[in-house]
Amino acid sequence: MIDFGWMASHLDDLAFRTFQHVELTAIAVSVGLVISFGLAVLAVRRRATYGPILAATDILYTIPSLALFVVLVTVTGISLFTVEIPLVLYTLVIFVRNIAAGFDSIPTDVLEAANGLGYTRSQRLWRVEVPLAVPLILAGVRLATVSTIALVTVTSILGDSFGGLGFFILEGYRRSFLTELYFGAIPSVALALLADFALARLQRRLTRWQTVGAT
Amino acid sequence: MDLLARTFAWLADSAHWAGPNGIPARLLEHAGLSAVSLLIAIAIALPVGLWIGHTGRLTWLATGTATLWRALPSLAVIAIVLPITAALDPQAGFKVYPTVVAMVVLAGPPILVNAQAGVTGVERDMVEAGRGQGMSEWQILTRIELPLAVPVIVAGIRSAAIQIVATATLGAILGFGGLGRYLVEGFATFSLGGDAEVVAGAILVAGLVIAVEAAFAVAQHLLTPRGLRRERSERPVAA
Repeated sequence: MIDFGWMASHLDDLAFRTFQHVELTAIAVSVGLVISFGLAVLAVRRRATYGPILAATDILYTIPSLALFVVLVTVTGISLFTVEIPLVLYTLVIFVRNIAAGFDSIPTDVLEAANGLGYTRSQRLWRVEVPLAVPLILAGVRLATVSTIALVTVTSILGDSFGGLGFFILEGYRRSFLTELYFGAIPSVALALLADFALARLQRRLTRWQTVGAT
Repeated sequence: MDLLARTFAWLADSAHWAGPNGIPARLLEHAGLSAVSLLIAIAIALPVGLWIGHTGRLTWLATGTATLWRALPSLAVIAIVLPITAALDPQAGFKVYPTVVAMVVLAGPPILVNAQAGVTGVERDMVEAGRGQGMSEWQILTRIELPLAVPVIVAGIRSAAIQIVATATLGAILGFGGLGRYLVEGFATFSLGGDAEVVAGAILVAGLVIAVEAAFAVAQHLLTPRGLRRERSERPVAA
């Protein structure tokens, strides 16, 4: 039922698509992180914007991915933007929430101590607030990466130039070729689980300084 | 704008409101599949979550499984299930079941995690008071923990329902109907005027998502015990 010969002769394709999958994910997660960082700083500094910013990212999250991808084609055609804009937008809800929660988790005593030491606003942000928010920011990176890996498979409907491992899923389905369907589906699952596992380990290593029991 | 005008023309065309590919049929298909998936997910995840929350046992297993499941890409799950159900039922096996399975996988974690967190979050004094009055464990669960955990549990189900309705559109890529059909069909004939169908489909799906969100907001309010209503209920724990 499964054609192992076909699989063996398409390993270079598998490597290419896996790389593409990781590449599309990495672009979305890094751009999303930068934008969200700005939004989270704004939300925390100017409390009035907190609710609206969170509500806006929440609404984005309820738009079905398939709908966003295909509707965007009417604006940006079939290009990298059509793939990346939705991917970035979906990371915002995860990142903004976690980064803002990270800043909020810092005790006011700590911030006042930093002020007392004569830190300027940006010094306080980079030397005190960001390091203390790292655990929640990393939790956000993990969640955003895993959810982006899932969404990249959907971009396969935009054509052969995108989709990462989702390319094999769609082509396998269209050709009713079980081997190819699984050639895309199983590595997609494996990639998501691997990323989740690796980022969980990174999270633990980088936050070892935290006191036991603190979250 | 030309596209917007064509989109409304598409939506207003009576031909698109009749037959098996008409809007009412696709809407029913989409809502029906979502409802069935949600009920199955509740039937599996809710008792497990409540039990773990009540006993405090196996919490690590529950949260571990939930994070693992959440990582599974829905489209890949549909693709993996598809050949199996197609072999079991050649007639309909490739249409509905794969999407249902993927949606149950998607909806399980938020329901389970919130049920567990909701029960765990009930003040221990209340549980002890019940025990002191001679309540059985079952009575403690159903009369104290469950009612007090309702806001958190419903928040989990709400989050699961919204994710299902939005994600079930993916089923259309691999053979399922539902509202995602218009997105896939429209995309296939994009330059021949299919773009209007794509936008119309997106409007329909978004409308359904908003309707579900609103329905659950009302349900959440009504199901919350009156004594708890004053406190603002929090957003879902697992989004």
